[in-house]
Amino acid sequence: MSVSAFAVKETGLAESIRPDLARIASWIAPGSRVLDLGCGDGELLAYLQETRRVVGAGVEISDEQVIGCVRRGVRVIQQNLEEGLALFDDQQFDTVVLSQTLQSMHRTEHILREMARVARYGVVSFPNFGYWPHGWSILMGRMPVTGEMPFQWYDTPNIHLCTLKDFQDLARSLGLRITHLAAFKDSKEVKLLRGWRSTLAVYRFESPNAN
Amino acid sequence: MADLSVPESQVNVFNAPTGSVGIVSPQYLSFDEPLHLASGQVLPAYELAIETYGELNADHSNAVLICHALNASHHVAGRAQEDPQDLGWWDNMVGPGKAVDTERFFVIGINNLGSCFGSTGPASVNPATGEPWGAAFPMLTVEDWVKAQARVADYFGIKRFAAVMGGSLGGMQALSWAITCPDRVAHCVVIASTPRLSAQNIGFNEVARRAIITDPDFHGGNYYAHGTVPRRGLAVARMVGHITYLSDDDMAEKFGRAQRAPAANGAFRYGYDVEFEVESYLRYQGEKFSTYFDANTYLLTTRALDYFDPARHHGGDLAAAMKAANADFLLVSFTTDWRFPPERSREIVRALLNNKRPVTYAQIDAPHGHDAFLLDDRRYHAVVQGYYDRIARELGLPQRKSTTGVLA
Repeated sequence: MSVSAFAVKETGLAESIRPDLARIASWIAPGSRVLDLGCGDGELLAYLQETRRVVGAGVEISDEQVIGCVRRGVRVIQQNLEEGLALFDDQQFDTVVLSQTLQSMHRTEHILREMARVARYGVVSFPNFGYWPHGWSILMGRMPVTGEMPFQWYDTPNIHLCTLKDFQDLARSLGLRITHLAAFKDSKEVKLLRGWRSTLAVYRFESPNAN
Repeated sequence: MADLSVPESQVNVFNAPTGSVGIVSPQYLSFDEPLHLASGQVLPAYELAIETYGELNADHSNAVLICHALNASHHVAGRAQEDPQDLGWWDNMVGPGKAVDTERFFVIGINNLGSCFGSTGPASVNPATGEPWGAAFPMLTVEDWVKAQARVADYFGIKRFAAVMGGSLGGMQALSWAITCPDRVAHCVVIASTPRLSAQNIGFNEVARRAIITDPDFHGGNYYAHGTVPRRGLAVARMVGHITYLSDDDMAEKFGRAQRAPAANGAFRYGYDVEFEVESYLRYQGEKFSTYFDANTYLLTTRALDYFDPARHHGGDLAAAMKAANADFLLVSFTTDWRFPPERSREIVRALLNNKRPVTYAQIDAPHGHDAFLLDDRRYHAVVQGYYDRIARELGLPQRKSTTGVLA
């Protein structure tokens, strides 16, 4: 099923959702329970609530974003993700999403394990360090600064950057079974040579704890 | 049955400043159906002082109950007719255009049973003896308060509150409403509260109670008959309590080690009179409190706090205790609140998530300790406002006409 802006017109959502979020939405079963970690102002959850009737909850640390969620009618728990997901029981959700946050977390393995604990399916997106111009930049003697990673090396929140292969290795070592991959560059999906040509990778995996 | 007499000049809307419900006066509702209490005792009849703001809509769906904490009352918002200096205790939260918007919601404040601001309490006359109840007034629990409040809802024909909301002890009542009357609460708003007191909390309460009970003017609770008031004990109780409402940083900033009236060159006075500003402040707060608050009410209320523990009958399992709850929840805690710290709110959040109840939780990084729930904080008020706007949308109530108060 194609997830484009079709749902937007139907439901009257003002603006269309980012293509990577739309892709994530396409992996989520209607009526299921979704936890969105680092949910921002609740954009994805609001979209999922409207278009897929999901029962959603978000986790977010920023005051302004939490207020944004409340105003949108998205349920949100204010906490720092680095503290883990102790509030959530095992397999309490069908899908847990960590969108463009993994690369800035201190405890990468821990959050992935926690995701696998609280939900059957996990969705993770992160900037692809393997994007070929990054290599070019390094050959020219500079740390790469590009669209998905617009920060200078000294003030970047991105402390755990990886390539698609790197992530797949980690997923395997944690027992996460990857079911889907989508890759994007400039909001367009990339199908060929994704490891080099994409700036953003989105994975869906199944938890080893799922029944 | 409730006394159906119409209150005189409930709300005077004239000359009210923007965002204020204006000049308000209480109504007194009498209930003569016996109230069976958790202790096994029965209160044959009682009266409750209440205030209301805004208008109840035709289908009675826009009612909000505000529950008060230890020392507050039904006077939630506006200025009291009998004393215009007397501003409602949550006036920054409740009013036209405020977070709890009285242009859309019908808001009720109820003085709890056993209190001393117009509702039946230990200082009221016991009809059986013609004397003040004093020590004979029955012990009450949070659940008893909810039962008594439910009759106010019946009086107004409110089957289900749009929201029941409270801070601190008021939050416990909101929680108890959601558990004991699940079909009567659409949204439960619990601020700076806890599912149970800790040993430390009970310890502070016990210090306060001992201060009162050991005051020679207490006379075993029957001080009314002796024409005395255990003022010193009550003042000390308030001083102890007050410290727990503030954060260490807050006190450091407000008072530091500033001396009240130092001797020449800032020297100490080497005595037990007030030496530091903080002592002067606490003494003042204690003495002021002792002039208007009833000592038996203080005892009874702190005891109700101690007893509150909905998980008690479920082997300590809060999620099991909250299984019956059928409301959507908003919880708010404040990082520097060491009386009811964020961890206590998170326990409630966890129990709700476990039950798959819809819950929103905001943890406000504010410096003011427990008292923060009464203070102006834009983030806190924005969360509450956003939540009530959502309730209004769900109920099909009109859009917010204005934004006043903290968020204006």
